[in-house]
Amino acid sequence: MIEIGLGHYLSLASIIFVIGIIGIFLNRKNVIIILMSIELILLAVNINLVSFSIYLQNLVGQVFTMFVLTVAAAEAAVGLAIIVIYYKNRGSINVEHISSLKG
Amino acid sequence: MQAIPYIYILPELFLSVAIMSLLMLGVFIKKSFKLVSLLTILSLAFAIILVLNQPSEVVKIFNESYIIDKLSIFMKVLTLLFCLFVLLSSKDYIKNNNIDKIEYPIIILASILGMILMISSYDLIVFYLGLELQSLCLYILASFRREDVRSSEAGLKYFVLSALASGLLLYGCSLIYGFTGSTNFETIATNLNEANKGAVFGIVFIIVGLAFKISAVPFHMWSPDVYEGSPTSVTNFFALIPKIAAISVFIRFMYVPFINVINQWQAIIIFLSIASMIVGAVAAIGQQNIKRLMAYSSIGHMGYALAGLATGTNEGIQSVIIYLTIYLIMNLGAFGCIFMMKRENIFYENINDLSGLSKNHPILAFSFLIILFSLAGIPPLAGFFAKFYIFMAVIEVKMYALAIIGLVTTVVSAFYYIRIIKVIYFDNPKKPFDKNYDFGLKISLILSSILILVYFIYPSILTDLVSSIEVY
Repeated sequence: MIEIGLGHYLSLASIIFVIGIIGIFLNRKNVIIILMSIELILLAVNINLVSFSIYLQNLVGQVFTMFVLTVAAAEAAVGLAIIVIYYKNRGSINVEHISSLKG
Repeated sequence: MQAIPYIYILPELFLSVAIMSLLMLGVFIKKSFKLVSLLTILSLAFAIILVLNQPSEVVKIFNESYIIDKLSIFMKVLTLLFCLFVLLSSKDYIKNNNIDKIEYPIIILASILGMILMISSYDLIVFYLGLELQSLCLYILASFRREDVRSSEAGLKYFVLSALASGLLLYGCSLIYGFTGSTNFETIATNLNEANKGAVFGIVFIIVGLAFKISAVPFHMWSPDVYEGSPTSVTNFFALIPKIAAISVFIRFMYVPFINVINQWQAIIIFLSIASMIVGAVAAIGQQNIKRLMAYSSIGHMGYALAGLATGTNEGIQSVIIYLTIYLIMNLGAFGCIFMMKRENIFYENINDLSGLSKNHPILAFSFLIILFSLAGIPPLAGFFAKFYIFMAVIEVKMYALAIIGLVTTVVSAFYYIRIIKVIYFDNPKKPFDKNYDFGLKISLILSSILILVYFIYPSILTDLVSSIEVY
């Protein structure tokens, strides 16, 4: 059996983080997927914070996680609201169609 | 159990109470936009008085997670004052573009509260919460004209990219916390050294997040789109107010927790600065939309501010603060001129619409001329002095390459400012603009033009004020 230590948690968090970032940049279909990727990024940070908090024997990291969770919820709410008004105006939330502003 | 030091957080307390009570007022009284915006302006003015009344010694409260010092007081006053002028000058635009809903001033007030928290933060948690309070409000403001495709698209783009930047920044915060064992800026500073690779890795993420917030190249791609798509009153807000908070947080981060590893971050800041100056100068040349042009211009200006930040000296910080103040005055004036571009209550935003302005509106054309020359950095206007202080600080630490690139890009960027002046003065006149300007708009345009014009007589007013600022 391998011992699961801080390094494993950090690797897990960094993998999830990278998946989130790739999800934003490679996704060409749907804005909702971008919203999910942002959520993934924040969750990766939470894993990081909690594992550091356990490792350092310091509660600040867990308190920080609570704040990040609340903020992530608020951010998702605002993001969904913006997507809804965008859908009302354009009739589509396809990422490729978001291009009326450029130059 | 310590008593809560209310006296030091009076402005923040007052603003949060004001936001909540204005929200109630707006809900219970029908059609109360005028009343709510008047009360918003009054509460901003009152908050300025409260901030000015704060004791001038350095105080750290709430377990050293919140700091009140000269830097934070100066930046808070700038934020509140310029927000007041932005609200005053955009009154007419708001009325004519169907965004006169009570939420507008209240959301602006909430984002101001977030910025003030950011400016005073001395702890990663407080900083992050202030940042998010500010950015959530900004997402809503960008998409405030709900029925307009361009505005909602601007909001969507800003939301996606800004949330990504917040995520990067937060990842950096978690690494810093993990590898230094604390979220307090001072403890981070003592535990941070160059051998601590994990924390240095975290610094890179934090710099990326902050560079995004001030739209430094290569993290600038959102700003032209958002500036063009949002309503002009919101663009005016975006160009001025969030930059103050972001620059002041940038200063605080680089000079308090990360000062021991200056060798690691200095090169990154220099790169950001050079890239922003070049892109800001070159990409603006072909623009037709004046709001888009202002976006590239502000990217360039942030590049100069970062050049001052890269020096690592106290003179550098002071030059950044002076630069920021003058940048705000110039942009307030420039957007004041843009707000005046309306015919029969329809607002125009193309550079061609300005053609022949000097024939129909000589005074407006002259003040636009002053503001554009000042943005280009032509002596003896204020913009020249701003750049002068930056380059002095840069040359003092022997970064000659940075100073030379800065000077060259100044010359290049003068081209597109002068192109607008050519359109104003030498092209054929079009139909005149409306003359029923709003009083607040007139005041802010006159004030900024006069300040730019006469700054060279008493430059010591600003420099004396700033020279007492140090970063702790």
